[in-house]
Amino acid sequence: MTDLFSKFDPLIAIRKEMLSHGGRDPFSVVMEKVLSPTKAIIKGKPVTLLGTYNYMGMTFDPDVIAAGEKALKEFGAGTTGSRVLNGTYQGHKACEDALKDYYGMEHAMVFSTGYQANLGMISTLAGKGEYVIIDADSHASIYDGCRLGNAEIIRFRHNSPEDLDRRLARLPKEAGKLVVLEGVYSMLGDIAPLAEMVAIAKKHDALILDDEAHGMGFFGKNGRGVFEELGLEGQIDFIVGTFSKSVGTVGGFCVSNHPQFEILRLVCRPYVFTASLPPSVIATAEASIRKLQKAHDKREHLWKNSRRLHGGLTEMGFTLGTKTAQSAIIAVILPDQEQAVAMWQALLELGLYVNLARPPATPAGMFLLRCSLCAEHSDEEVTEILAMFKKAGQITGVLAA
Amino acid sequence: MTENKAIWQQTVALIEPFNKKEVPLTEDTSFATGLEWDSLTVMDFVAAVEDEFDISISMNLQAEIETVGQLVAVIEKLVNEK
Repeated sequence: MTDLFSKFDPLIAIRKEMLSHGGRDPFSVVMEKVLSPTKAIIKGKPVTLLGTYNYMGMTFDPDVIAAGEKALKEFGAGTTGSRVLNGTYQGHKACEDALKDYYGMEHAMVFSTGYQANLGMISTLAGKGEYVIIDADSHASIYDGCRLGNAEIIRFRHNSPEDLDRRLARLPKEAGKLVVLEGVYSMLGDIAPLAEMVAIAKKHDALILDDEAHGMGFFGKNGRGVFEELGLEGQIDFIVGTFSKSVGTVGGFCVSNHPQFEILRLVCRPYVFTASLPPSVIATAEASIRKLQKAHDKREHLWKNSRRLHGGLTEMGFTLGTKTAQSAIIAVILPDQEQAVAMWQALLELGLYVNLARPPATPAGMFLLRCSLCAEHSDEEVTEILAMFKKAGQITGVLAA
Repeated sequence: MTENKAIWQQTVALIEPFNKKEVPLTEDTSFATGLEWDSLTVMDFVAAVEDEFDISISMNLQAEIETVGQLVAVIEKLVNEK
């Protein structure tokens, strides 16, 4: 009989090769202590964090922590039940109210993770004989949502409004259609031409789902996401988001003005067949969302950080994923796995943690050092980060000495 | 056997730029094991086929296509349904 694990042999071989140079495994880092949104202890050494999704630095906000502690004491460690049975506490409703206020929309549904929000919304909204139209570079949760459902799946070329238009035009006029877009694409940190795409989707009578996972908190006047920044309020049918990035805890959600939205609570399997979020998590999410609404100074500082890092790395001669700082993600493109791992390790030795990203997570087979900034990175920290990049680039030979 | 020689020739022409190893093409040539295409190449190729014939080949349908012959049969069917 074949070993069920034999299909993983190629990946096991790649990992062996990667670790054969005696370095650390980029995918088994342990944070021994977390001191703040931007500092942790790894292998006994203090490290600056530049590879988290803690964009707005809410994880250690005193009000957020106090709300979590209070709920933990008053409501216990977990709900032990589904949202549709015993798992909806007053905190879950309060959190959904906070989301409705934040987005100025009529309905909000909280899922246990952002992954499940996409899984649930996409697989439930489009059924047999209907169409889901997705960007080729969509996040795994969008692809998995497509696989879970029964709709026909059509892909268009990344961020190409013309390609979306051509593909929508070929589909039967009368069939239901859902176009799935993301405000920020998380690998390269590029943003979508949402205005053009929304207009095209509407021309073909498709509903629009916009995933603002990496846009919530700091795009637009109210931090709602890229769609707000681009003046598209009221034109998106479903906005999906997560609590595990700017909000600083874990969970997912969808907000909408669709009059029949509430029925989804009964038919959406990834919502129904899992336990609801623990009271402490839901309380931290609510407190954080309420504060993010008014976090104008933090938004400004985060953008300043992102522009400084992008400008500094460009000046040093690194190849970046975008020509300008389009989001809080700055991706450094490296030619191969060997250089990417060498750079990653040199940075960690110097005291900087970034994400190493490799295929299949990355587009076009790229190897990336993905940096994500935090509103809590001080000006001095950004200066230190740039100095570490310069040094690591020279040590590894990625930059000319 | 495919009946439409024109569709076969058009499809072969579309495969050529992606056929880096110059694998000889027959109806039984497999995209994964014969041409050794990865998912990114498949994506680009499918987009090219869709644009050439002005048809939609959904990912659901793509999953069922393994060989060049099967693809030509699907194209023929979709073109006739238009």
